[in-house]
Amino acid sequence: MSFLNRRFFLSQSGLLLSGAAVALLAGEDALAAQGGPSTEDDVRILNTALGAELEAIAAYQLGAESGLLQKPALDLAVTFQGHHKEHADILAKTIGKLGGKAVGAKAKYSFPTENLKSQADVLRFAAALEKGAVSAYLGAVPLFGNRELAKAAASILGDEAMHWAVLRNALGEAPVPSAFMS
Amino acid sequence: MRSMLAALALAACSNPLLAAPAASVVAGKVVYERCLACHALAYDRTGPRHCGLFGRRAGSVPGFAYSAAMRRSAIVWDEKTLNLFLADPLQAVPGTSMGYAGVKDKAERADLIAYLKQACQ
Repeated sequence: MSFLNRRFFLSQSGLLLSGAAVALLAGEDALAAQGGPSTEDDVRILNTALGAELEAIAAYQLGAESGLLQKPALDLAVTFQGHHKEHADILAKTIGKLGGKAVGAKAKYSFPTENLKSQADVLRFAAALEKGAVSAYLGAVPLFGNRELAKAAASILGDEAMHWAVLRNALGEAPVPSAFMS
Repeated sequence: MRSMLAALALAACSNPLLAAPAASVVAGKVVYERCLACHALAYDRTGPRHCGLFGRRAGSVPGFAYSAAMRRSAIVWDEKTLNLFLADPLQAVPGTSMGYAGVKDKAERADLIAYLKQACQ
């Protein structure tokens, strides 16, 4: 099945997949055909990204359960956590597809809970993580040996950037403070 | 003409106002924001903590799951080794888990290192 046909099939069958998932499914054959040192490097990069996504899920869980977030900020946190769960799921599946072993969530994460005393503190903490995630994906995209993986990582990067902008907006800050990210 | 250029070059080297700007801790803190998806100063995350970095042997924070490449690297972190690693982590330590292209700007690396040096004091 060609990429376009596959995408048409997915849309017609009611399966709504993220851009990252579509990119990865599109590259399924190419992923399966790859091997060697480049694939090992790609798996390592994906596993680092997966570790960070799993931590982000835990961070949003902490925020949601803190009692400090009120609607609509609470809804934002739950929505963004859902995105990170989707990222983690697709990353883990891709790592498996490439013959790697996906890292699991840690039993316990360290967070600066002593500094989280208000809704603004929680939102600022989340915004810092999201900004860091944008930079992390920006630093990973050019490293992938497989261009489909780079495309998928860039798709996730776009999502993280939107999270950062929306969180800044919720804090009353300029949502997009500059034309470029680094 | 040649002697004039040489004189200007000499003056530039000896004039502190024309020399390379000193590393900025404040600017380094902004660069460090790029690291915050994986790192923190005081505790381990996807990457290891940065407090106590200077003089520490790479791959030696107790309990942190480093890559085999980092554990075997025999690097001791100082300004020079950090500058090399941060410029291109995968080139400096092939097999590192830090899948990041690097901080390519020399001045930004200097700022980041200056920040890391004083951040936990």
